[in-house]
Amino acid sequence: MTTLLARYADCIFWLARYMERAENLARLLDVHETFSRDHRGRLDYSALIRINADEATFAARGVRPSAENVIAFYVTDASNPNSIISSVRAARENARILRPLISTEMWSQINVFYNRLLALEPREATRTNLARFCNGIKESCQTHAGVVEGTYYRDQGWYFYHLGKTIERADQTTRLLDIKYHALAAAEDGAGSAQDLGQWHALLRSVAGYHAFRRVHPRGMTPALVAGFILLDQSFPRSLHTCARQVDGLLNGLRSRYGLRGGSGALERLDEIRAVLGSSTADALVARGLHSFLDWVQLRLIDVTREIGTDFFGYAAPAVASQTQMQG
Amino acid sequence: MTPRDDKASDILEGYDPGGFYCELLGLPEHPAEHAAEIRARLGTLDFAELRRRAKEAERELYNLGITFLVYSDKEAVDRILPFDVIPRVISASEWERLDAGVVQRVTALNLFLHDVYHDQKILKDGVVPPELVLGNANYRPQMQGLDVPLDTYVHICGIDLVRDGDGTFRVLEDNARVPSGVSYVIENRHMMQRAFSDLLADIPIRPVDGYGQKLLEAMYEIAPAAPGEPQVVLLSPGAYNSAYFEHIFLAREMGVPLVEGHDLVVQDDRVWMKTINGLSRVDAIYRRVGDDFLDPRAFNPDSLLGVPGILEVYRKGRVALANAIGTGVADDKAVYAYVPRMIKYYLGEDAIIPNVETHICREGEGLRYTLDNLDKLVVKPVGEAGGYGITIGPRATKAELDECRAKLEADPANYISQPMVPLSVCPTVVDHGIEPRHVDLRPFAITGRKTWVLPGGLTRVALRKGTLIVNSSQGGGSKDTWVLA
Repeated sequence: MTTLLARYADCIFWLARYMERAENLARLLDVHETFSRDHRGRLDYSALIRINADEATFAARGVRPSAENVIAFYVTDASNPNSIISSVRAARENARILRPLISTEMWSQINVFYNRLLALEPREATRTNLARFCNGIKESCQTHAGVVEGTYYRDQGWYFYHLGKTIERADQTTRLLDIKYHALAAAEDGAGSAQDLGQWHALLRSVAGYHAFRRVHPRGMTPALVAGFILLDQSFPRSLHTCARQVDGLLNGLRSRYGLRGGSGALERLDEIRAVLGSSTADALVARGLHSFLDWVQLRLIDVTREIGTDFFGYAAPAVASQTQMQG
Repeated sequence: MTPRDDKASDILEGYDPGGFYCELLGLPEHPAEHAAEIRARLGTLDFAELRRRAKEAERELYNLGITFLVYSDKEAVDRILPFDVIPRVISASEWERLDAGVVQRVTALNLFLHDVYHDQKILKDGVVPPELVLGNANYRPQMQGLDVPLDTYVHICGIDLVRDGDGTFRVLEDNARVPSGVSYVIENRHMMQRAFSDLLADIPIRPVDGYGQKLLEAMYEIAPAAPGEPQVVLLSPGAYNSAYFEHIFLAREMGVPLVEGHDLVVQDDRVWMKTINGLSRVDAIYRRVGDDFLDPRAFNPDSLLGVPGILEVYRKGRVALANAIGTGVADDKAVYAYVPRMIKYYLGEDAIIPNVETHICREGEGLRYTLDNLDKLVVKPVGEAGGYGITIGPRATKAELDECRAKLEADPANYISQPMVPLSVCPTVVDHGIEPRHVDLRPFAITGRKTWVLPGGLTRVALRKGTLIVNSSQGGGSKDTWVLA
């Protein structure tokens, strides 16, 4: 069989990333409702904007960061590249290019999904029915995952699809955890309060991890336990540890099964993350400052993506290798 | 099939072809007996049910992405080619003649191209005016003296046929560059099999599924000798080309990569594609990119769709292209008029499928006749595709006729004229019932060592009442075409 075209590998990597991003945006929006109240019950949607580093894009809208405005910004605003509709559109544009490769069912499902979002009535995604709306998005993304699993031919593209999906998931997991950091920093009554516990609880639920967490930790819920679960658990599908191990497996699989020459740079960058994850306890990560750690992971994931792009997608090699060090 | 109750009327009862030849009924004096069974089955359908199934079929086409892109404002919108569920039926004996006629015509076009790019005997013998060919914008001097594999230039050809008032098929136009539409032929059949299996049941219809394999065989036949299986690719202008669905369709049918110009690179007298493991050799390219855009070094320097240097590799015989470069001189609307003489010249035969009578305005006689009968003729610019720039005399206003006259007088060589052919009609589902709509037929022929014609072809239907222009860009739709076995 023909070796995969570099452009297709690029497109399917990003197709997967955008679908995973749409799902995680829905998760983020959903859980944020819980975080949007401070201890006096006030609403603060601006944390969402900070977590996604979208301050400048949002400010350009010239509107208040009210619940309605922020929700619209992340759901239906086609000019926000980080909105759900933009992510699904980008996934669809990649899918359009990939149609020679992907199954008809895969294209059809994304196509129908996007067209439904296009036809969205303003009242369908407001604060009052946000949970239902977010559920719908999650379900469509999970349907996509199911169609891929059930119909996609297991070729090299399969590996790049999962590389994209897993790297995006790892990135989004760090952002979800970071939202808690922001909420915590803003709270006056601090760690251990009833509000704090409620937020950790909601965070776990947003990643569908509450029950799994309880199986591992039947008693108690401390910030370190939750952060440790989300970052270091070896069996939780959205944990950073699981994602990093999968990326490693995918890169090695590509090299061994198809004899590809590339991928060593990405593996080296990934090893930096895995080394830290392998040698750290949750307590130590929290004590050293979760936010700076999460930032560092996000930068390393960008490096991994860049190495994959250079080795497989035909991107020009970066002039100077990134030298960002772990902070704190 | 939902049987109608006894009181319901035959849905075709009020149908009146309006004096045109009807593809389902024939002429009153010569009924189309081969279609009688299908006509009878249609008659038993309930109109509301028919409409519902037709709507579902169109929805499915849309969801499956069997669409073309239309650009309005800044947004690119996916549109389906409107699909009419009442099939167009061709008898076995009629198809046998059409098949032979298409093979004959494609054979002559290939001989003509070989002659034009070698000895130019047909020009020297005065059968085709040399200036018409050598002065043609689509004539490619780079092809002069070059031998192409199997002497085949037009590997994929679409020949537009119309049926006139007495039921005679005539050639309206040849498409020898990058003809499109074949994907709809096959998808329309699949759609009918899903939505109207009851209508098709036990009717012996010739299958259309073999197209992709025939095309791949032809690509293998023209590929330069190389160790192992030749690597075939389909070169597309990209996902924003309006025919992208067809490119996808054909790449999938052939099981070959769909590439864009920037996926390919010329190195060491070879064409390569960029893969995740470096460069990989390409032997044969089914290109859906026009000559102008194929190689910015040789043709349009602004083209981003092509592959710089590919012409040189092609000239060295290190890569095969289908269609060959320079086939546009054979499907020019002015050259078209000479095809019957071409057939006689090369094959010593009369054209099995005649042309529509054509007046060549570059010739004094043709121009005079055209100007004298402007209100009765269809005037076509010779360079345009897609039904643009056509003046239909009998339907034109005085101002439109005056404008046409001025254009003709200013640049007569750019025009041909033809009588208005009373195109045949086919019963077609419209909002409130079934009405006649004009149709044409584009059979597709594939030529490697031999020429093979896909049974049937694309039936395009002019959905707007009374209009004769069937092009998808001008409000046309399509129908499934059934060739009876």
